[in-house]
Amino acid sequence: MEVTSDRLATDRRSMIGYIRVFISEVPLLGWLLGALTAVALEFFIGTPLARVLGMSRAPMLFGFVIMLKKPMLIPSAVLYFLLIYFLPLSLIARLSASAMNRLAAKLLEFPLIVSVLIHLGLFYAVLHWWSEMSLYRADVLRFTLIAVLLTLSLNVINGYMGEFSCSHPGFMALGAYAASVFTVVLFADDKLYGAALLPQWLGFFFFPIALIVGGLVASIGALAVAIPSFRTRGDYLAIISLAFMFIVKSLIENLEIVGGPRGLGDQPGWANRPVVFITVVLGIWIINNFVRSTLGKALNAVRDNEMAADAMTVNTRRTKITAFLFAAFWAGVAGGLYAHALRYVNPATFGIQKLAEVLAMVYFGGLNSVYGSIVGACGISLLGEMLRPLELFKWIIIPLLLILVMIFRPTGLIAFKEFDAKKLVQPKRKPDGEI
Amino acid sequence: MALLQIDAMTHYFGGLRAVYNYELEIEPGQIRGLIGPNGAGKTTIFNLITGIYRPTEGKIFLEGKELNGLSPHEIASLGIGRTFQNMLLWRHMTVLEHVKMARYSKLTYGLTGAFFGTARRHREEAESEAKAHHLLKMMGVDKFADQIVLNLPYGAQRRVEMARALAMDPKVLFLDEPTAGMNPEELVQMMEIIRQIHGELKLAIFLIEHRMKVVMELCERIQTLVFGEVIAEGTPEDIQNNSKVIDAYLGKEAVE
Repeated sequence: MEVTSDRLATDRRSMIGYIRVFISEVPLLGWLLGALTAVALEFFIGTPLARVLGMSRAPMLFGFVIMLKKPMLIPSAVLYFLLIYFLPLSLIARLSASAMNRLAAKLLEFPLIVSVLIHLGLFYAVLHWWSEMSLYRADVLRFTLIAVLLTLSLNVINGYMGEFSCSHPGFMALGAYAASVFTVVLFADDKLYGAALLPQWLGFFFFPIALIVGGLVASIGALAVAIPSFRTRGDYLAIISLAFMFIVKSLIENLEIVGGPRGLGDQPGWANRPVVFITVVLGIWIINNFVRSTLGKALNAVRDNEMAADAMTVNTRRTKITAFLFAAFWAGVAGGLYAHALRYVNPATFGIQKLAEVLAMVYFGGLNSVYGSIVGACGISLLGEMLRPLELFKWIIIPLLLILVMIFRPTGLIAFKEFDAKKLVQPKRKPDGEI
Repeated sequence: MALLQIDAMTHYFGGLRAVYNYELEIEPGQIRGLIGPNGAGKTTIFNLITGIYRPTEGKIFLEGKELNGLSPHEIASLGIGRTFQNMLLWRHMTVLEHVKMARYSKLTYGLTGAFFGTARRHREEAESEAKAHHLLKMMGVDKFADQIVLNLPYGAQRRVEMARALAMDPKVLFLDEPTAGMNPEELVQMMEIIRQIHGELKLAIFLIEHRMKVVMELCERIQTLVFGEVIAEGTPEDIQNNSKVIDAYLGKEAVE
């Protein structure tokens, strides 16, 4: 008896060990290739396979929704997941591991940017095929990406700088409305603003400008919060920024020129998948550059000990205000994307509910970390969608999960981890021999 | 004019007179000491000079430039580096990041460099990293460079703090009880380090200390502060034999 249980334990340990070795040997390139195979497989045979398994159509979010709605279909949903995602992903990743390691090493001989762009291209292809399956997926994807940008920008303030800001929905609203007014006035025939001033086809090239305008307006709003609240440390920022959020909301509700409480529609749908993807990647790149520079690290110094930062020549006041405006800028850009993805904005969207959502994403994912923001935003958005069939219980499960994270990992799932693109794309093991 | 000169500095906390009529002149390359019982106002003097408090009266000059009214980071970048009595380190940052941070005012790449990672940024960051490694080696803590600073032993943390203060290329280095909480062995090492940086970098050093051994061996001139007033100033021998100093430290026997 002793011996058998002992052997079982060793077996289990070696199993885990095997999986660990397996994971550690596959480079990112291999995983992307595996994922690409999986989504391509789903794109071509997903629907027929789902029919064979007794489902009316392919499960949209990894089978969760189907499992919760019709428990009878759990086995088929699991089988579908295994056949479409798990097997191709792990098989391709495993089989291609050594070749991909060599390829990743080869790519690193060129400037880093080449390697990064190839990875991003593959990643985009995965997202593209995955979301081509249905409009629902395409929407989930776009809004999740926008949530990533918003979460990361809030992380700059609440994580990197260690202040507690509540005004992000306000900044997002400013960005959304500013960008919308810009595009609607210039490029759309609208009841509020009349006919378009410039031809439609020109507009797409103006969209980056619209986003930047949105970001800048949000930054100007942020200045109004920053100047009074960064004179001292403490809870001032939390209170002033909360007030700011409500002021922005009621301001928009009472401004008939932007549609008042009815909201503003007719935005051209320029925030399509590639535009959102590129903007979000650009945002992550710039924010990550900033927080890894000494100027950005100064935020951490200010957070951990402001007096010491001052004594070490760091201009603390300028550092805080710059970071705050910078974060507001990206929140504004996220707002602009959101408005053009939904093609309608409404002041009620940017209230306390949105605030709770973003804060949950930041603290769930992890403070002071780009990975954390990505994980937090994707995790909370996807969980929200997956648990939708549970209706009311969704609002019990997600907060419960948050509480658990706070108990076991008080700073979030992946906190205080540097995002280094080079480490991400490099091969996981030295190639065995030269080709 | 001396490198650092302070004229008749007085400071009140509300109605409490913390520092009264304090005068100081530090010449380049000098090591000065400031001693005194607990609560005499030694750290307050440091905080007044480095701009954390603003003196109620009196003027402070560094190389003839008036420091009154400047903010702490401006005073620091003019050339006053300091360490703190209770080691104000940044708990989530690595040792290397600590030392690089003190090069903040030397960086010229600005926000463009920070956002877009320009060539100039990479060059300047590499330079400050090289400088930081050099200082860490000098302090003998280079092997901890990538560690979070709180994981280091106490003595090493003190050295990191000193390396950080040196990274800003100060003209005067203020050390606030550099040997606090150290055992005799660490104390001797720390004194050796202070001598070494004084020798190599030709810095003026202004030091607060409780341990007589340290001040007596290192300093050229010593001031004794009691209740915010300097009661004695002179060479270590003068101070050791000064009856007022002995009274202040040991108390006077009541003779009625």
